[in-house]
Amino acid sequence: MNKELKRVSTVVLVMFLALFVSSTVIQVAQGDQLRADPRNVRTLYDSYSTERGPIVVGGSTIAESKPVKDQYKFQRVYSHGKLYAPVTGYFTLNQQNPGIEGALGQYLSGTANDQFLNNLTSIVTGQKPKGASVELTIDPKVQLAAYNALGSQRGAVVAINPKTGAILAMVSKPSYDPNALAVHNGTDFFKSYNALNASKSQPLVNRAIAGDLYHPGSVFKLIVASAAIDSGKFTANSTFPNPATLKLPQSNSYIANSTEGTCGPSAKASIATALRLSCNIPFAQLGRAVGESTIADYATRFGFGQKLSIPLPVTPSIYPRGMDEPTLMLSSFGQASDQVTPLQMAMVSSAIANGGTLMKPNLVQKVLAPDLSPLQQLTPEVFSNPISSGTASTMTRLMIDDVANGAASNATIGGVDVAGKTGTAENGPGAPYTLWFTGFAPANDPQVAVAVVVENGGGFGQSSFGNAVAAPIAKKVLEAVLNK
Amino acid sequence: MPQNSSALTAGAPIEAGPRPTFTTSIRIRLRVPARLRNVEFGLLLIACIIATGSIALVQLGATGTIDPSVLTYSAVLDLLVLVMHFTLRVVAAQADPLILPIITVLNGLGIAEICRIDLAKHVSGWDSAGVRQIVWTGMAIIIAIATIIWIRNHRVLQRYSYISMFVGIVLLLLPMLPLIGRTINGARLWVGIGSFTFQPGELGKIALAVFFAGYLVSARDSLSMVGRRVLGMTFPRARDLGPILVVFAASMIVLIFQRDLGTSLLYFGLFLVMLYVATGRASWIILGVTMFIGGALVANQLLTYVHGRVESWLDAFNPKIYDTSGGSYQLVQGLFGLAHGGLIGTGLGLGRPDLVPLAESDYIIPSLGEELGLVGIFAILALYLLFISRGFRIGFAGQDDFGRLLGVGLSFVIALQVFIVIGGVTRVIPLTGLTTPFLAAGGSSLVANWIIAALLLRLSDTVRNQPRAVIEG
Repeated sequence: MNKELKRVSTVVLVMFLALFVSSTVIQVAQGDQLRADPRNVRTLYDSYSTERGPIVVGGSTIAESKPVKDQYKFQRVYSHGKLYAPVTGYFTLNQQNPGIEGALGQYLSGTANDQFLNNLTSIVTGQKPKGASVELTIDPKVQLAAYNALGSQRGAVVAINPKTGAILAMVSKPSYDPNALAVHNGTDFFKSYNALNASKSQPLVNRAIAGDLYHPGSVFKLIVASAAIDSGKFTANSTFPNPATLKLPQSNSYIANSTEGTCGPSAKASIATALRLSCNIPFAQLGRAVGESTIADYATRFGFGQKLSIPLPVTPSIYPRGMDEPTLMLSSFGQASDQVTPLQMAMVSSAIANGGTLMKPNLVQKVLAPDLSPLQQLTPEVFSNPISSGTASTMTRLMIDDVANGAASNATIGGVDVAGKTGTAENGPGAPYTLWFTGFAPANDPQVAVAVVVENGGGFGQSSFGNAVAAPIAKKVLEAVLNK
Repeated sequence: MPQNSSALTAGAPIEAGPRPTFTTSIRIRLRVPARLRNVEFGLLLIACIIATGSIALVQLGATGTIDPSVLTYSAVLDLLVLVMHFTLRVVAAQADPLILPIITVLNGLGIAEICRIDLAKHVSGWDSAGVRQIVWTGMAIIIAIATIIWIRNHRVLQRYSYISMFVGIVLLLLPMLPLIGRTINGARLWVGIGSFTFQPGELGKIALAVFFAGYLVSARDSLSMVGRRVLGMTFPRARDLGPILVVFAASMIVLIFQRDLGTSLLYFGLFLVMLYVATGRASWIILGVTMFIGGALVANQLLTYVHGRVESWLDAFNPKIYDTSGGSYQLVQGLFGLAHGGLIGTGLGLGRPDLVPLAESDYIIPSLGEELGLVGIFAILALYLLFISRGFRIGFAGQDDFGRLLGVGLSFVIALQVFIVIGGVTRVIPLTGLTTPFLAAGGSSLVANWIIAALLLRLSDTVRNQPRAVIEG
């Protein structure tokens, strides 16, 4: 009987061994995979019921988790919701969280890998796990100034510190209240979400970095001029024929300057004059002379077509390739298929402002663990060196002239040299213009580079200009930085 | 076995002298230092601390405060197991010292986790499975105490082998009767009067174990000696196939009419193992396993619920199977719970075991696995393994074959049940609805398993009280 018993004991041992193995496989080996399954609501509930870290701007909290008495234990609350919505995003049940809530979700919820030790300690000490706090580079004064200056316009403002790449303001309008979306009830969420998503003015879209791209219009001339001068083939004084209209090759279309006349009184217009008065005809000729591949090369160096995460994902701007001659000429003053984000244009100004070195734009100053030990800290990082410092100072001179004596006069600030460029982009027959300003100040020691875009012609259809609508907005943003 | 020598000296005066009266025996047993009982007492204190601590911790974890009234739950358990301990000092001083502490911990953990799920579901009073569980625990322990007092010599049971068979079969088939039979979650395993339900099959397994032991002890010779040799193995004669065919038929009836894969597997497995241990013939196992696999394959083809279980087991994450009613939703949710627990668990009261259907009964293991982690599951499995090994010791060390067979049968039925349930929720085998012994919510299961524990305690006491004259094998 004992022999049989031994065998039965072995069978029981094998049965239990199977259970030991299967539970190990499920709980440890496949654990991550099972936790990541979209049907696993525990992960979701968890992300709710840990105290999510706050989002902080200039020392004050703009998003925080307040204890409530439902199963999720905490409610995300956004103070100044609309002002910061494009930056913070919102924290929802459907897990597709936009903004910082999504991009730094793991830090905020305390599940990032570098928080593992912290969490382990909090288990041992019996504290409830808590997420990290995220401090942004946004300057609340500049953000508010930009938000107010944009008023009821549809558009976006981006302000960057050119020396560090720190984003000082990022406004997109119309905005929305993230509190309406950070609800725990799925039905309520979808009610709010669907209403916002169906709205024609698309408030959920962050126009500064991820909207439908805009035609840059004349602000693109900064890239063509930079390419021309930096390539060494041209100087600011290089001249081009100055007719009032120019027939595009291989077509019956004519192009004109925005003044409907010649570019200044001379028979030939220099690059300097063309940039100052924002003339299209000389730039069409310049672009053809510089060539698509050179312009494309410089555009890429400024960030076109490149992946960028700030850490919100930025839609890459587009400089088309393989254009025929007339298209290349149109694209040289920012029409045709040139398409950009406001952030991209702010980066162009920023690079010129910073002596030709483009710093990588970033929104996050610090990530702090609950015990206030830093998990991540912003270290300024060079994104690229698109132009030489010589080219940069030439471009700066031309842009100062544009504000002081040219087409961007409405950005003038008393006592400070402002460098700038306006743009008025056409969107097709009858469609309202897209109005632009980009620039920086003070020109001799730049503290801020800015880009402003206003959609729908600022409400004036085809009868307004960047200088009339976008430049005054930019001026207020620049002043907010300078008057600190 | 070092304890054996002391067991002998401790037990010797009683067995050696003229048969003492009950009162003198109490006096002697209280006077003789009962080393085993002292070990048990020490372990029992630790077990009570674990049980009470768990019940307090789920409160603290889930609500942030400890409701003192809930601690009375653990007082019921603590008090009654101590009563049982002192009863053992008198009536079974040489009983195994590990069995009672082990089941105290398991029962306490079960109550804690069931209370925890009550907290998540916001139920109280008689609606609360935790309250019912503690009442059943109380009843189960009292019945276990009664059993151990009443059955002073297990050989008595051998006399009732055939009555046990009858009782076992009646208990097994009782749920199929009209009026009192109840179908819960698709399986017709319950009898109910009003809101009171009972699963008689749980008690049936004890009756059948007693019957199998008694029957096999008397019939083993004819079952093991004669037969035809085929491929080096002796196969039984056709007329000796009767019993296995009867048990097989009973299992298939359970499978088909009560729609319960687990119970069917449990009874048949129990019979096969006891048959094998009694006769030493591997051919019985081969025969039985072949029959059962054949039956299961046919059932997989013919019975949709069996087919569904198998499909859910093989392809649990398939969205189609996951979404069908009766599909793999529960299984997958249980896996999510286990994964959520990870290595060290969320902590008692801090997980979300209530997200899984039947978290307090069939799914108590994923619930505990979520809150106590892999570490906790390993500890629970180790406790079961220890409990089973104590039962198997009786089989190894016992003197009479009936006692040995009964000890092995009762322990194996626990082992098989643990394997079927935990194997089901961890995808080792298809999921079947059996209760996890001592842990899961369910009165019938508690009562039955405490009786099994009482019988094992009785058997182990007898083993140690006997002089070991002959050692077999």
